[in-house]
Amino acid sequence: MPESIKALLETVMDPEIPTISIVDLGIVTGIESPEPGHAKIELTPTFSGCPALRIMEQMVHDKLAESGYTHIEVKTTFNKQWNTNMISEKGLAALKQHGLAPPPKHDGYIELDVLSDTPCPYCNSRNTEMHTPFGPTLCRSMHYCKNCLNAFEAFKPVS
Amino acid sequence: MEFTERHVEGLKELLYKMADDLLIIGHRNSEWTGLGPMLEEDIAFSSMAQDKIGQSLALFELLHELGESDPDTVAFTRNAPQFHCSQLVELPIGEYDFSMVRHFFFDHAEAIRFEMLSETVFEPLAMVAKKFKGEIKYHTMHADIFMQKLAAGGEESFGRMQQAINDTFGLALGLFEPGDYEAELIEAGIFGGEAELQQRWLDKVVPLLTSYGYMVPSVDAVEPAFGGRRGVHTPHLQPLLDEMTEVFSIDPGADW
Repeated sequence: MPESIKALLETVMDPEIPTISIVDLGIVTGIESPEPGHAKIELTPTFSGCPALRIMEQMVHDKLAESGYTHIEVKTTFNKQWNTNMISEKGLAALKQHGLAPPPKHDGYIELDVLSDTPCPYCNSRNTEMHTPFGPTLCRSMHYCKNCLNAFEAFKPVS
Repeated sequence: MEFTERHVEGLKELLYKMADDLLIIGHRNSEWTGLGPMLEEDIAFSSMAQDKIGQSLALFELLHELGESDPDTVAFTRNAPQFHCSQLVELPIGEYDFSMVRHFFFDHAEAIRFEMLSETVFEPLAMVAKKFKGEIKYHTMHADIFMQKLAAGGEESFGRMQQAINDTFGLALGLFEPGDYEAELIEAGIFGGEAELQQRWLDKVVPLLTSYGYMVPSVDAVEPAFGGRRGVHTPHLQPLLDEMTEVFSIDPGADW
């Protein structure tokens, strides 16, 4: 049943940010179970250049196989294009738990000022500055909190 | 709609030139890793290069679905005359002034190309173009900020950037070299064509550069660097390919 498959996929965590599941990240765009023991999963990339795409497909495959599914098809498509608004509330909290400032909701128009006073994930202060919209992975920007004097990263809003 | 053979050939030609541009500029800009003038810029170019290479992969996957070989084979086993990238993207990274101006010119052209292709009748490409649009936003923002900063950085800074604009404008025009299937692509609703793209690009970059204080060469006064789309390249492309494919070539059949 799609619901029980979804529950399984909620235990498949992002390999880079292990507090967030791929479901909460918003990358699971299709779950079908045409017959018992069969699972067809569709994923969408967060970023075209995300190096974890194949790893996540394999993790989904392995999770379903170890749960008894015998006919498993996992594919990644751009049929539904990912954007950060697709991260669930639970996912946003998980990002913060990992030390990443979660992305604000956007209306499709991203300008740099949206990054300029990102709340610090450690002390919640908005007295922060962005050092660069880029970071160690494609999803991150780099910031500094003038309140608690920590450098921190943010999961940047993407439309 | 039903595509004729010419439509499909035109679509493949379009996808090849886009994918090749992205792969080659991605490779070139990754050469800034470790060499950026300051840490944030090192990271910026590295990150943008990763995006570009990922985008080229998505386009090579579309080509594979249209009957071309798999992405690794297409990316790693062709030689320079078989590549359809513009001459702009294959040039060495040079100094930061050239790389920044190339980044500005190329990324604004790409952003408009993706915008246009979001409306293409070929659905798989429309979906990919819509995704790319969100990703390239940070690239054009970065380019705009630095073109502006460096114009206002003093005499040496402005002088070097102005010279780089003068030297790179003709190379950038090479991005819009018309293909063999312009009419077919336009009539079928696959793509609005290089002429429209060039005009929209000029309408975007000329006012921006002028607002930053730069002079922009006149299109009529500059020789566009054509040839890349037809496999005519500068001497810089083959050495890039030799280096890029060095590890793959040790054992092309290896399982990674």
